[in-house]
Amino acid sequence: MRVALFLTCVNDTLYPDTGRAVVKLLTRLGVEVDFPMAQTCCGQAHYNTGYRHGAEPLARHFSDVFGEYEAIVTPSGSCGAMVRELYPRMGERARAEGRGDTLAATLAPVVPKTYELTEFLVDVLGVTDVGAYYPHKVTYHPACHGLRGLGLADRPQRLLQAVKGIELVELPGADECCGFGGTFAVKNSDVSAAMGADKVRNAESTGAEVLCAADNSCLMHIGGTMARLRTGMRPVHIAEILASTEEEPAV
Amino acid sequence: MSSRERILGRVRRALADVRPDDTPYEQAVLREYLREHGERSVEETVDLLAENLADYRAIVHRCSAGDLPATIAGMLAARGAKTVLVPPGLETAWLAAADVERVPDRAESSARQLDQLDSVVTACAVAVAETGTIVLDGSPDQGRRRITLVPDHHICVVRVPDQVVSSVPQALELLDPARPLTWISGPSATSDIELDRVEGVHGPRTLEVILVG
Amino acid sequence: MSGTFVGMPAFPKAAHEAVHDQTLRGNLRHATHTIRGKRATAVAEVSDWAALRDAGARIKDHTLRHLDGYLVQLEESVTAAGGTVHWAADADEANRIVAELVKETGESEVVKVKSMATQEIGLNEALEAEGIRAYETDLAELIVQLGKDRPSHILVPAIHRNRGEIRDIFAREMSEWGRPAPDGLTDTPAELAEAARLHLREKFLRAKVGVSGANFMVAETGTLVVVESEGNGRMCLTLPETLISVVGIEKVVPTWQDLEVFLQTLPRSSTAERMNPYTSTWTGTTDEDGPRDFHLVLLDNGRTDTLADEVGRQALRCIRCSACLNVCPVYERAGGHAYGSVYPGPIGAILSPQLRGTASEIDASLPYASTLCGACYEVCPVAIDIPEVLVHLRERVVQGGQVIQGGNKVVLKPAKGHAAERAAMRAAGWAFARPAALRTGQRLASRTRRLHPRSLPGPGKAWSGTRDLPAVPAEPFRDWWQRTHGGKDGAK
Repeated sequence: MRVALFLTCVNDTLYPDTGRAVVKLLTRLGVEVDFPMAQTCCGQAHYNTGYRHGAEPLARHFSDVFGEYEAIVTPSGSCGAMVRELYPRMGERARAEGRGDTLAATLAPVVPKTYELTEFLVDVLGVTDVGAYYPHKVTYHPACHGLRGLGLADRPQRLLQAVKGIELVELPGADECCGFGGTFAVKNSDVSAAMGADKVRNAESTGAEVLCAADNSCLMHIGGTMARLRTGMRPVHIAEILASTEEEPAV
Repeated sequence: MSSRERILGRVRRALADVRPDDTPYEQAVLREYLREHGERSVEETVDLLAENLADYRAIVHRCSAGDLPATIAGMLAARGAKTVLVPPGLETAWLAAADVERVPDRAESSARQLDQLDSVVTACAVAVAETGTIVLDGSPDQGRRRITLVPDHHICVVRVPDQVVSSVPQALELLDPARPLTWISGPSATSDIELDRVEGVHGPRTLEVILVG
Repeated sequence: MSGTFVGMPAFPKAAHEAVHDQTLRGNLRHATHTIRGKRATAVAEVSDWAALRDAGARIKDHTLRHLDGYLVQLEESVTAAGGTVHWAADADEANRIVAELVKETGESEVVKVKSMATQEIGLNEALEAEGIRAYETDLAELIVQLGKDRPSHILVPAIHRNRGEIRDIFAREMSEWGRPAPDGLTDTPAELAEAARLHLREKFLRAKVGVSGANFMVAETGTLVVVESEGNGRMCLTLPETLISVVGIEKVVPTWQDLEVFLQTLPRSSTAERMNPYTSTWTGTTDEDGPRDFHLVLLDNGRTDTLADEVGRQALRCIRCSACLNVCPVYERAGGHAYGSVYPGPIGAILSPQLRGTASEIDASLPYASTLCGACYEVCPVAIDIPEVLVHLRERVVQGGQVIQGGNKVVLKPAKGHAAERAAMRAAGWAFARPAALRTGQRLASRTRRLHPRSLPGPGKAWSGTRDLPAVPAEPFRDWWQRTHGGKDGAK
């Protein structure tokens, strides 16, 4: 199976380790991964901040770049939700604005074949044990757009539970938002910081070394808060845990 | 232009984008929810009513029709009630054994007068098992709405199983919207202090329900 | 603290204080977490919740799409049952109608059932100006009124107060308004409820005029429904000789049968009960039972403007249960006052800017008072997609465009204060349309990475005041991919 990796602009720029982990993991599972070099951004930040019209060219670009692949895999619940949930809505809005079906038709092909990483593993590849080894104490934060937007449910936890050597501990208040929220983090920085601090305190209370999530933008906020509060905990993307093996353990 | 015309005009303009749709209302809304939750025997439905009434702090008694006067008399005596308010159509036999002053409700009785009375005894129109609710509809054996509101102690008689339904949808089917209805689920309560439930505010602080049959 | 929301600052500014108020944070955390768990249990008890939620949304949508017809039908039914129907296009008109009706009775005081509509229009203040005193009788409203405070929650307006604070307010203020608090009043909830019972009883027993809202109005029968817990609603609805109900036009439902949905979803969503202690329904007037005169004031006040918005109109489905407030992490930390409206929380953030427009600082900031986490949508018993409407309203704020205000078409200019953001979005859009430009930017960031601080000065502090910046990697992923041919070269 040949799939396109939609890494997202944030991961490409700031978290290349996550990208390398996805490539390593999928290759190990027999998937041929391509990274279309023309990819940029899905337009989520524009859309969610109120610049829907500014997001449209990015969505069209996304569709141009990824339209021909069998499947598109992204290690980000929120960018996955952008394509799956919000691209159809952008098409509808354009139609309601009297601009016809062109946008909807342009975006339609990529919508059903875009998968968040854990969803792709469990639903498409049908695996929960990916042969990973990660001898650390880990707690998992289900990021909101994956949890509620895509309905990932317990897929990430099932994948983590099958990892050899891992000690998975439950995060109190797990399904509560970490407070990132894109531009919310700066527009409402007081509330964002308070939510982040509560999330970190809950994570700390588990005694885990690692807080794992399936979205690096949330981890950027949580990790930045952890560093400032000097907790000693590390934020780690789920792909990096699932990619880690006894032969090549993640550091 | 009157405000009526102004508002109706605004509504029509606001809906300019909505395509006209003449589907009759019965077909316009999909109702895939249940008429009742779970399958129960008649007896189990009555048990559920008793359980849910008690869960919201109503005091539940069960007796046979023959024992009803003695049961009511015992409850009033235990409460120390000296006066009991009586709706005009209440079966006289129900209070036959009670050693209390019976005060008939009159149109001219004021709220202040009602406030002086110890208890009130009524029948009900229907009871809902799933929610632990009794519904009063102002029939002669239940009286005006105020008589079950102002006195601090309400005894309500439910004929089981005839007056018991399982669910809210079944109750609404039996009730007449033209009558003033009061749905009662336990004694008055509030969640206004720290979102925690406390029983006993303005309505009767003690609700006793007798399931007779 | 003033009793009104006029001139409120933008949400982030108002939230700043709340976030650092430890008592408030504790009160809100305790109350919202208590109710969250209970709601989940109450909802899980009914196996057909999803179908009830769906039916509730469909009933409301259908009604809104035929609202003119149902309002006329309601008017006919209420009139036929002995009531009088009035129409109020805005708050001033509604207040004038109510004040006139009270004056016609010759009374100078009214007892009130908790009602969002009358709070929204500032009825108490308007009546006060006409020499009429309005007594709030809901326990939480009483706490707010005695404390000269503002409501901070739809269901529990005094949620920001803990039991100790409530005790102090009762002990201090009750004597000003009537029967004083009992001596030696403690802070146990049962004693506080008893103090309210005694304080309000004399007002109920002498009341000649009651003012209420309604949770539902049934078009086919002319029936109004009030859902409550304490019995203060029953007192106000049945003891006075005159009853005046002020109700938003979106509260109408077509049929009696429709109540079977909402009487199941509302109590479980709001107080997490199978059924609330008291529900009253009345149809016009009834001989010798309850008020002799019944007036229904149908209120627009921005609702038809909201109805005109294809995306935003779903906010009018709201049945005011407040489940979205209880589950909202932003509400929990910012508190209700920060929303600058009688409608706080997620629903307030989409309702206020539609009912009032986005002209004021606070209303323009409300669509941003959310992380879009979606918890509100998940619990909403009428499936209002609050995040969708929030984003839609953000668009209105930054892009402007045509809206309806006061029934008239208005073209909004893009809001001020978003110029830098707009420029940044435009620049990002330009770079994202050109992968080469994006790559140049990434490489520049990587090459200068040792120079990047972990904190930023100026506006960047909004991020780095509490969070370290992420370290920029030595090379972006795409450079690694190209250099190693997708990792096939084995290079790290």
